[in-house]
Amino acid sequence: MTRKITLKINGKSYSHEVEPRLLLIHYLREVVGFTGPHIGCETSICGACTVELDGKAVKSCTMFAVQADGRNVTTIEGLATDGRLHPMQEAFWNEHALQCGFCTPGMIMTSKELLERSPHPTDDEIRHGLEGNLCRCTGYQHIVNAVRAAAAKAGA
Amino acid sequence: MATTITKTETLVGKRIRRKEDPRLITGTATYVDDIQMPGMHHACILRSPHGAARIRSINIKPAINQAGVVAVFIGKDIEAVGPVPCGASLPGLRVPAHSILAKDRVYYVGHPVAVAVATDRYIARDAIDLIEVDYEPLQAVSDPEKALEPGAPAVHPEWPDNTAFTFHQEGGEPEKAFKEAEVVVKQRITSQRLVPTSIETRGVVADYRSAEKNLTLYSSTQIPHLLRTLVAQMLGLAENRMRVITPEVGGGFGSKLNVYAEEALMGFVAMKIGKPVKWIESRRENFLCTIHGRGHVDYYEIAARRDGTVLGLRLKLIQDLGAYHQLLTPAIPTLSVLMMPGLYKFRNVIADIVGVFTNCVPTDAYRGAGRPEATHGIERMMDLLALELKMDPAELRLKNFPGKGEFPYLTATGLSYDSGDYAAPLKKALDMVDYHKLRNAQRDAKAKGRLMGIGISTYGEICAFGPSPATPAGGWESATVKIEPSGKVTVLTGTSPHGQGEETTFAQIAADELGVSMDDIIVLHGDTSIVQYGIGTFGSRSTAVGGPALYYALQDLKAKIKKFGEMLLESDDVTCSGGQCICNKTGKTIEFAQIAAASYRAMKLPPNTEPGLMATHFWEPPNFAFPFGAHIVVSEVDRDTGQVEIQRYVAVDDCVNIINPLLVDGQIHGGVAQGLGQALCEQAVYDENAQLITGELMDYALPKASTMPYIETGHTITPSPVNPLGVKGVGEAGTIGCSPAVVNSVVDALSHLGVRHIDMPLTSEKLWKLVRQGGQA
Ligand code: FES
Ligand code: FES
Repeated sequence: MTRKITLKINGKSYSHEVEPRLLLIHYLREVVGFTGPHIGCETSICGACTVELDGKAVKSCTMFAVQADGRNVTTIEGLATDGRLHPMQEAFWNEHALQCGFCTPGMIMTSKELLERSPHPTDDEIRHGLEGNLCRCTGYQHIVNAVRAAAAKAGA
Repeated sequence: MATTITKTETLVGKRIRRKEDPRLITGTATYVDDIQMPGMHHACILRSPHGAARIRSINIKPAINQAGVVAVFIGKDIEAVGPVPCGASLPGLRVPAHSILAKDRVYYVGHPVAVAVATDRYIARDAIDLIEVDYEPLQAVSDPEKALEPGAPAVHPEWPDNTAFTFHQEGGEPEKAFKEAEVVVKQRITSQRLVPTSIETRGVVADYRSAEKNLTLYSSTQIPHLLRTLVAQMLGLAENRMRVITPEVGGGFGSKLNVYAEEALMGFVAMKIGKPVKWIESRRENFLCTIHGRGHVDYYEIAARRDGTVLGLRLKLIQDLGAYHQLLTPAIPTLSVLMMPGLYKFRNVIADIVGVFTNCVPTDAYRGAGRPEATHGIERMMDLLALELKMDPAELRLKNFPGKGEFPYLTATGLSYDSGDYAAPLKKALDMVDYHKLRNAQRDAKAKGRLMGIGISTYGEICAFGPSPATPAGGWESATVKIEPSGKVTVLTGTSPHGQGEETTFAQIAADELGVSMDDIIVLHGDTSIVQYGIGTFGSRSTAVGGPALYYALQDLKAKIKKFGEMLLESDDVTCSGGQCICNKTGKTIEFAQIAAASYRAMKLPPNTEPGLMATHFWEPPNFAFPFGAHIVVSEVDRDTGQVEIQRYVAVDDCVNIINPLLVDGQIHGGVAQGLGQALCEQAVYDENAQLITGELMDYALPKASTMPYIETGHTITPSPVNPLGVKGVGEAGTIGCSPAVVNSVVDALSHLGVRHIDMPLTSEKLWKLVRQGGQA
């Protein structure tokens, strides 16, 4: 038994027949081919799978693809426009906010939404805002630096 | 006139953002799970739910009958596959037969029992639920000390004492030292089992082409070449017909410095079904069946004089090995023993290790591998001694370091510390926190009833593994440098970086040596068909051993460039630098790109010179490298909640020359985060039936952005003779220095309540109870 879904991903419309139990993360990665969002736990803890759904950062491992029917998804692949990096991507690069890079797509998506909600966060607010995203490599300090730098640049 | 090649501009030492990042920040990098192949199948593994059980029977029919399931394999199907290898050897070591699927018995929760292969990930996952296994549960044991008691359940029935090995080491005259001591301090100290938890779990894609008998294995590993050698052996394949590719690797921390059952199993499956197959470890499997770290129970004794001079050290080390030996399992505690004197002048030491089998997943190398345990032990003991002698812990440490003039310093455990000024980082850290003022502030805080503590640790780290005779698989590293006909530079390193950033640091080194732009350099690694044999990335060795290999390959190449330069400029007075050769007499120049083109075109060759511009160097280090440093932690325990707040974290490291300070800071931060995890929140807990009750991220607390303190870093530079770049490793330093500094600070905060020692992790529950009970555990 499958169901037809139609949704927008990174500005383009897609339509597929999917099993109702197919997770959104598997749909994005394996059916559509956006492998930027990663799977680190499948239990809503690590945040590696974070994408934007109608402008809100969500964990795509804890959602079925059918729940995204008719909605608007942005993955990490959708951030750079015309070959120009999104300021948050640029900030992660400048501040060395990544090592193995596995958490990074989710981290960037969460950080981007964080600044959209709160453009001038304190370090404490940044740290709490990133609570749902785990990184095992960086100790988070350079990630906090990156978010702070991106905020400063946007405010400048 | 000497025609030496000189550098024009220097990139080494600069904070340069990484070359590897563009693909990672755009989501276009390829990790194992991103690989898709035509006809690719998916595998899912059924694992033991019991710590110990006999397998009476397995019925695979219900699974195999399922639409989309193409095969199910169990223990009897893999008889021809060799055992999971243990690369460590110790006298009298008992090595259990470790087949890639369980046969008639399971030995730990997570032990692989069967593999289902299907056309789709979901169908494979469904299939393992349909396999019927009839188990006869047996008594299991998870606590290493209980496993040593007479009558304990035998993990392996053939060895009822559960002892895999014992190991003794001594130096100097320890018995005499203890007899003559004015003071002896004793403490039992544990280093709990930890789950490495790389955010990318393990994963394998295997692709077998039967016509050529070629197997390609994509694996998230730190050791592509060793993996190829060992898996080819397990599968009975010709090594040159096997190719290992490590695509992007999402963190390792030692947990991917191994050869796992699943790597050979996927090769086996691909060969059987004639189609590519993918297996991606679930997070739960990552907890259950990827190696754990630490797992020590240590009994320490220090002998000293009343003036604080240390004399002797005694250690009884009980290592929880788990049910099997993975690649280096039994070797890890021997590293602890080597490093047990820390940075102090203990001339008399004695250590006994007992390696104990338990019904748990094997322990093995996890960031620091044996050195964090040793450092935690000795640094806690130094604080206990300071407390006993009512001496300041910084003063006690400074009193017992070898002096600057005593290097190379030969330790009582037989190591030669290459170079050092151990007081320098400690003094720098003390300055950074303004130690005397801080102690006064602490006195005031305590007077007001606040539980504030200051913790110090110093550490030495054996790294840059290492001279080959001292390592199980060869301790050298390799590099190839090619200048392509267009003048672009390709570096092939035998290391296998997975986040450390060698694509950048090695490009910095090559750019400096050749005088070309970093943009013209590409660093490749992690493909056994492209890169010459290499050892891999672990033990803080990539820059410290792979770096010099690259340096020497570059020297060879530069010598060749110069020969071509001399020929083409028709002069023997030529200087080559900044991407060109110049004739010192005429001022005529020729670009490296032109030289490269001429070297490949080979219309004319310099005498005794082959065409092309390529050099390979295998570098064997003469010794380990011993970086060192000091951490200071200021913490406060909340009386009402038991919560520890880290108010300051200062880390000063001496890894000598720094190639890229941005990346070194990143390594320190990440290392400290893992040390803090151990100190404050992480613990793998098995219950008395050997069930892992912290088997998910829900139950296993990792540090988060909100729980990490801000880390202040500092560096000292003590020149080292250990290699031509003057570099030591830094990947593990943060972890090694961290946990004792944190625990020392918290014990210091509670010492007036009579608290002498607290075992990790320092959970708020544990501390709250201690505070409420006036220091009594
Ligand atoms: S994979 Fe979705 S939160 Fe971890
Ligand atoms: S960069 Fe490796 S997990 Fe964050």
